[in-house]
Amino acid sequence: MENLEKKSACKWPIFFFGAVVGVLLVAVFLGELNYTATEKFCISCHEMESNVYMEYKDTAHYMNKSGVRATCTDCHLSHNFFEKIARKTKAVNEVIHHFKGTIDSREKFLANRLEMAQGVWAEMKANDSRECRSCHTSENMDYSKQSSRAMTQHLKGDDEGKTCIECHKGLAHRLPDMQSIDPSAVIGR
Amino acid sequence: MKKALLILAGLTCVAFPINADEVKSLRGTRALDAGSEPPEINRIIADDRPIPRDFVQQPPLIPHETEGYRVDKNYNKCLSCHSWVNYKQAKATKVPPTHFKDRDGNERANLSPGRYFCAQCHVHQVDTKPLVENEFEPVKALR
Repeated sequence: MENLEKKSACKWPIFFFGAVVGVLLVAVFLGELNYTATEKFCISCHEMESNVYMEYKDTAHYMNKSGVRATCTDCHLSHNFFEKIARKTKAVNEVIHHFKGTIDSREKFLANRLEMAQGVWAEMKANDSRECRSCHTSENMDYSKQSSRAMTQHLKGDDEGKTCIECHKGLAHRLPDMQSIDPSAVIGR
Repeated sequence: MKKALLILAGLTCVAFPINADEVKSLRGTRALDAGSEPPEINRIIADDRPIPRDFVQQPPLIPHETEGYRVDKNYNKCLSCHSWVNYKQAKATKVPPTHFKDRDGNERANLSPGRYFCAQCHVHQVDTKPLVENEFEPVKALR
């Protein structure tokens, strides 16, 4: 009995040390998660900075009448913890391609643009434009305050069960060559 | 020769001094370092019904906003509603058949490249007073 008490008393410092290390690790992990979700981090790669970021600066999600701004991760990273981790894991592939130099020039970027855009569109369609809806919820959207064209299209889209990205493509970045997607809206060749 | 011209120019200036008040530039008679008056910001007519034409060959005016509508070789945002494939879904006016004929008179399978850049002829409207008085009236056929 005496022996047992002695043993458990010995374990306390180890437990305490473990808890401190654990808390520190969680803090570092969360801090890293937050830091890698900042615009500053995203555009630290020139692939992002000189292509998609430059185009985004021309759009309403960067500058608009009310001054509300949506940055990279507001649209491209889930706001839910587990989906966020899943997307971050997927981003390892993007890091590999950064070091392989798959899109390290404007020409290479444009050559791969359709494929990359289609990936993002598919992702957004599959999750019912979840990130769009974290700001733009259809329940809180007053269609009667919209232009008649927007109202008609939104009501129709709702009836047909469509999701944001199906119509609102090329909103924050320029579109890729759309010849294979909508040839009726591309210059004839 | 050059010297003679210079002397002549100098003499002309002395003979006919220009009165600064009579010269009117677009920026008015403000001093060069004063900065010009900011132009009026006009609101684009964002949501109107189609606007009637004033002459028969007039390219129809755009009764909606077009801000951020890119037209480049990858895509024509206007055609995402006005093309023959998309107009029904968008309940928009479709591009007329005339736009499928190229400058050599060939009928093409898709929009003629010469007609691709919509804003060369079709323009959005702002709610503002005309810059000069205008008594233009539509032709008889449209009255």
